[in-house]
Amino acid sequence: MVSPRAGQLRIAQPNRLPVWFRAMVSVPPVLFLSVFYVWPFLTLVVRGLAGPDAFDLLVEARTWRVVWFTTWQAAASTLLTLAVGLAPAWATARYHFPGRRLLLSAVTAVFVLPTVVIGAAMIAVLPAALERTVWAILAAHVVFNLAVVVRTVGTSWAVIPPDLEHAARTLGASPWQTFRSITLPVLRPAITAAGAIVFLFSFTSFGVVRVLGGGNRNTIEVEIWRRATQLGDISGAATLTIVQLVALAAVVAWSSKVQRRTATTLGSAGTHRFSVRPTGQTRRRVAAAASVAALIVVVPLIALVERSLWNGETYSFVAWRSLGNNEIRPGLNIGIDPLAALRTSLTTAAWATGFALVIGATAVVAISTLGRRSSRVLDTGLMLPLGTSAVTIGFGMLITFDHDPVDWRAAWWLVPVGHALVATPFVVRNSLGVLRSISPDQRHAAATLGATPIRAWSATTLPALRRPLATGAGLAAAVSLGEFGATSFLSRSGNETLPIAIDRLLGRTGRLFQAQAFALASILAAVTIVLVVAIDAGGDRARRS
Amino acid sequence: MPGVIVLDVRDVVVSFDGNVVLDHVSIHIERGETVALLGPSGSGKSTLLRVIAGILEPNAGTVTVDGRDITHLPTHSRSVGMVFQDEQLFPHLSVADNVAFGLKVAGVRPAERRHRSEELLDAVGLGGLASRSIDNLSGGERKRVALARSLAPNPSLLLLDEPLTGLDRELHDRLATELAAVLHERGTTALWVTHDRGEAQAIAARSIVFTI
Repeated sequence: MVSPRAGQLRIAQPNRLPVWFRAMVSVPPVLFLSVFYVWPFLTLVVRGLAGPDAFDLLVEARTWRVVWFTTWQAAASTLLTLAVGLAPAWATARYHFPGRRLLLSAVTAVFVLPTVVIGAAMIAVLPAALERTVWAILAAHVVFNLAVVVRTVGTSWAVIPPDLEHAARTLGASPWQTFRSITLPVLRPAITAAGAIVFLFSFTSFGVVRVLGGGNRNTIEVEIWRRATQLGDISGAATLTIVQLVALAAVVAWSSKVQRRTATTLGSAGTHRFSVRPTGQTRRRVAAAASVAALIVVVPLIALVERSLWNGETYSFVAWRSLGNNEIRPGLNIGIDPLAALRTSLTTAAWATGFALVIGATAVVAISTLGRRSSRVLDTGLMLPLGTSAVTIGFGMLITFDHDPVDWRAAWWLVPVGHALVATPFVVRNSLGVLRSISPDQRHAAATLGATPIRAWSATTLPALRRPLATGAGLAAAVSLGEFGATSFLSRSGNETLPIAIDRLLGRTGRLFQAQAFALASILAAVTIVLVVAIDAGGDRARRS
Repeated sequence: MPGVIVLDVRDVVVSFDGNVVLDHVSIHIERGETVALLGPSGSGKSTLLRVIAGILEPNAGTVTVDGRDITHLPTHSRSVGMVFQDEQLFPHLSVADNVAFGLKVAGVRPAERRHRSEELLDAVGLGGLASRSIDNLSGGERKRVALARSLAPNPSLLLLDEPLTGLDRELHDRLATELAAVLHERGTTALWVTHDRGEAQAIAARSIVFTI
């Protein structure tokens, strides 16, 4: 018999993991997050609000020019990406055709490429007159963010039953009227969501604008970097960080409000995918939409490789062969060693991946074994770095760890730690889902067979964690290899990572330097794509088994 | 005006990848008639409806409505209405806006649209539900809205593709007689697809039977 007061009694949990174990797994992530994220962030906010001339900065014309440029280029990038992305979203969502999967992979691969690589690719592909203009910035944002629109809107489009549109046609609506009054409104929540994401990415664009901007074409992010590292105006940069945070919060609040208001459900049809082979007229339209999208994402990458081989008159491997040699003439050093940058990047990525794995794995275990409230706090806390711009993270660390006893500016591990901060959410997200899908009854079953709580936990959980952790490690390595925002603040000269070296080489005049930059960007692009393809293949195998 | 032929389907052939679904099918319907199209699933009933509505193009044969050859006309210019099996109500529009959709694309003024859609909602027994959201309708109410919506633009011919699937027996039988009465009162010419002999007898004086 169940006692009537059972509900009010504190339920004993005899099978809970011991306290020392839970403490052991919680300490690393909590400590890591507090020291390297929360503390620098608070330092930054205090400096930004308390800066002696915070007010002066806010009334400066230049500040508002930067804010204005940041906003309008983000809005223009968003509209352009939506305009370009709707056709391929329609084609890939509605139809099966040869190369469909390849197209989706290519679009997605470009999205995960480092921003500096995209910037370099734009210089490679655009005619000289457009190279460092706002048009180049907009084009880069479209290429980079196309995946957001194609995937987000496509997912919604795929589940609209064709009969919904047929119904409109039988009521007398022309194809255009049907699109305007049925398809578009039903897609609106997805379009708003995609638009908000593209806007946020373009608003906080750093790598692309560092490479292609300059002069009056600076985003707030680049202006923060310029003030902090080029002008030494720390408090001005900190104040700008606050301006950016406020602007971002407003955009996020607006978009979630709009999405709540426009959310419509497709009811029971919501999960079934409707896709067919295109026939007749449609076939030509699908082919056109798919080809244009493929050209948009592939041509810049081809141009990158092509330009790395072009020395102005003929094609040659000069740039590639000279990557290890940083002397212009015997004895004259330019201070950038491309091959050393490659080595630095690989070492940094290895350490960053290691850090992210340790922190991520202990965090995942902690989140799944702690009580509900503390696990929620830890989970949310670990996601925060993902919502914070990398520039903010790097800048915060730069001004926090600059005095004894925490003067870590010269420490070799500071850059990998910054990268790990950005990468840990990927490790956690990936593994947590898998862990949550394990039924607690597995553990109970092990316990009834005589296993102690720790034994039961490790026997049921650890094997399941191996694959998501491997995926997380791959993602962390990719994030670290391409990381540019935080690195711009933390990296020390002589220890440049690939993205930093690419940016500096592109900033130099001289055809060989440019070609070397394109060669390095090609290497970085290739490594990133290989990593992502490997992760994808691993995921596919996991889904099949 | 009984005796006048509204729908005339002649020698329609449809095949998918060499698989013949409709093999020289010919049917006709007279003005004001409700005809049941009976047959097991897979016999091509829905395919024929899609050919008549212009959602699917036949490999051969002609479709004539009111003496006009519409075989190659796009769906929206045919004046052929259709009630879909799963209603296909527009999820972002209210009940009244769903019903008024066909009037809106035809350019009917808002006041007139409101008046006509209210009148139709009354006819299908849903008076007062005009401002409801589609999400808050029961299964039977959804069917009624779907019928009202397809009647609104006054189509020359109404196609109904198993319009009562998914309802429990009692509601199904009640709705069958009710909807058939609405069609009859309005003098609608209708082709009603079903696989249920009882339903066919309840709604139509004449049945066409498809076999596999």
